[in-house]
Amino acid sequence: MSLQTSPRPADLTPAPSPFLDVRDLRVHFPTEDGVVKSVDGVSFTLEKGSTLGIVGESGSGKSVTSLALLGLHKGTRAQVSGEIWLEGRELVALPEHEMRGLRGRTVSMIFQDPLSALHPYFTVGAQIAEAYRVHHKVSKKEARDRAVEMLKRVGIPQPERRAKDYPHQFSGGMRQRAMIAMALVCDPELLIADEPTTALDVTVQAQILDLIRDLQEEFGSAVILITHDLGVVADIADDILVMYGGRRIEYGSVRDVLKRPEHPYTWGLLESMPHITGDVDRRLNPIAGSPPSLINPPGGCAFHPRCTFKGWVPEGRCAVDRPELLAVAGPGKHLAACHLTPETKNEIRGRRAAQ
Amino acid sequence: MKAADEQEHAVSTTQPLPGQQSAPAGQPPAGENLLEVSGLRKHFPIRHGIVFQRQIGAVHAVDGVDFTVGAGRTLGLVGESGCGKSTTGRLVTRLLEPTAGTVVFDGEDITHTPVTRMKEARRNLQMIFQDPYSSLNPRHTVGTIVETPMRLGGINPPQGHKRRAQELLETVGLNPEHYNRYPNEFSGGQRQRIGIARALALRPKLIVADEPVSALDVSIQAQIVNLLQDLQREFGIAFVFIAHDLAVVRHFCERVAVMYLGKIVEIADRQTLYTRPRHPYTHALLSAVPEADPDGIRRRERIRLAGDVPSPVDPPSGCRFRTRCWKARERCVTEEPPLVRLGGSPAGHLTACHFPEEPTIEAREEDIVLDPAVTGREETAAGTA
Repeated sequence: MSLQTSPRPADLTPAPSPFLDVRDLRVHFPTEDGVVKSVDGVSFTLEKGSTLGIVGESGSGKSVTSLALLGLHKGTRAQVSGEIWLEGRELVALPEHEMRGLRGRTVSMIFQDPLSALHPYFTVGAQIAEAYRVHHKVSKKEARDRAVEMLKRVGIPQPERRAKDYPHQFSGGMRQRAMIAMALVCDPELLIADEPTTALDVTVQAQILDLIRDLQEEFGSAVILITHDLGVVADIADDILVMYGGRRIEYGSVRDVLKRPEHPYTWGLLESMPHITGDVDRRLNPIAGSPPSLINPPGGCAFHPRCTFKGWVPEGRCAVDRPELLAVAGPGKHLAACHLTPETKNEIRGRRAAQ
Repeated sequence: MKAADEQEHAVSTTQPLPGQQSAPAGQPPAGENLLEVSGLRKHFPIRHGIVFQRQIGAVHAVDGVDFTVGAGRTLGLVGESGCGKSTTGRLVTRLLEPTAGTVVFDGEDITHTPVTRMKEARRNLQMIFQDPYSSLNPRHTVGTIVETPMRLGGINPPQGHKRRAQELLETVGLNPEHYNRYPNEFSGGQRQRIGIARALALRPKLIVADEPVSALDVSIQAQIVNLLQDLQREFGIAFVFIAHDLAVVRHFCERVAVMYLGKIVEIADRQTLYTRPRHPYTHALLSAVPEADPDGIRRRERIRLAGDVPSPVDPPSGCRFRTRCWKARERCVTEEPPLVRLGGSPAGHLTACHFPEEPTIEAREEDIVLDPAVTGREETAAGTA
């Protein structure tokens, strides 16, 4: 880790070591066209019992980050560097057979599309029982009872009968509940949910979010929720990490990031979202352009080609210097990577409020 | 958009659209109903057997839907998956044959018009599809895709097909030089723009947009919504906008219909529907929408329905929502509530419910949580506390 390419972020000052500590994580994929830098220097910490929301567009590196936490890039062409400390163990360098002992037991994942994540050939109960038997020396009968208990816990009616059903016999929301049951069967300490509700209707989405929050309270696990929906994050997360082009651009508590966003990209995300309350005729204010290339990312700030406010920064610094992730004035641990000075931002905010 | 204006006038000489020419931009003549749908039904048969197939049941996808859309107006159809909103859109554009009911478009009954004669109506009735990847032929260039409706419709714009296609590409915010490219060279948002250019090619009076932004990222979604809004206002096109995202629908549509299991359960103008809904289902839908405002969440009511939508093969008797409704009583089982204007509702606000809710979405004193997984724990927590 050289200091020139990755300025040591301000939030990593020594503290009692957190439950999960990701430091300068990089995941690069060599391809024929060049190296795809999907994740390029991401750091965050997470304590037990709290929830981190990772937000960003398609291709911003949020899913690749989560796969790295599970060690699922091992044995592929991906080049992973940096450090992932989970309860004092470093996961990036951990050999695959040791990672297997953690996967599913200490770190577990809920995938976006439960129909493709569940095996179509086995019953739901058998798949949950298998996840349990991998980590616990119990009889098939005990594992099966445990599976039924978990199905009941996630709110599936008639769990004894439904455990004998195949995934295709479940509805979308039920399948996602079954996925959650499978992820939680070993009481994991870290649960990663990768877009757990994107494929679901709003009413079912609300049910699943309530369930995740409820189970988190019960089991006290740490949760990482990956989503592109700021509404979902506001509902469930404690902290938000906003990613753009494989990097962190804003990081802080939900309240800080949503109520007083500091990065023009976060402004753009919030202004391009339609709401169900407030002025109906408010025009959406989309972010122009499309997400950056990860092979040849724009020089300087990766967001500058789409940024409306680059003109406010003198001497075109945005296109040359990459802004560091710096602490924002005020209480809390709010960080943002932008060249705009606090005075300029206040002026911009004032102008927009006046409009 | 001055260039776009000129090109539109050029086209309207070959394709006279009375009423739209004389109307100022954004102010189409009101009053006339462009689309009238009444008693619309679509039942998909479920067949059994290989050689001798007999019908053993039917999916009641759309089961008696009535609505009208005025010229230049926008109607939103919202609901969960499987509520029949997409089927309704396809029935209106006659991509599907209705089982019963009538569709009157522009004064003409097109319910059972043969496919060969639908060409006339489709000139004024176009569709935008959800998936920008599967709705464009990968072996055709963008130019061919946008020109095809003109060729099929026998429209020959004075400036020629190519010029017109390039103008359309410019109208939707693409570079006219992309004329010779193939769809795979474009991103999702750009492909959706190509689909919109194709729908605009014949200068239709009505566009049915079936989840046009669901597959896109938030920032791109806003670009497309703004584009549709500009086109709608500038050319006075009426829209039937189908989406499951209540916030997008509120933003785009003047009038909104909420569908549940093949029926409209509530319909009103957006201001009324989003602030003073009466149907319990509308309340539940609105309370489930996540909002990116840490304070707003607490001000809104919280209702969590249990389970999923019942099967449309054998919908519940009486009120279809009763199996998930916390207010359901004996009457809801036996008697189907009609879609009527309730006492206390403004004109044009119709609700189908025997026991309507208070017209507000302010937080109620108690949450309604019907999910057994969550209630079970909350009860035990309350018991130990």
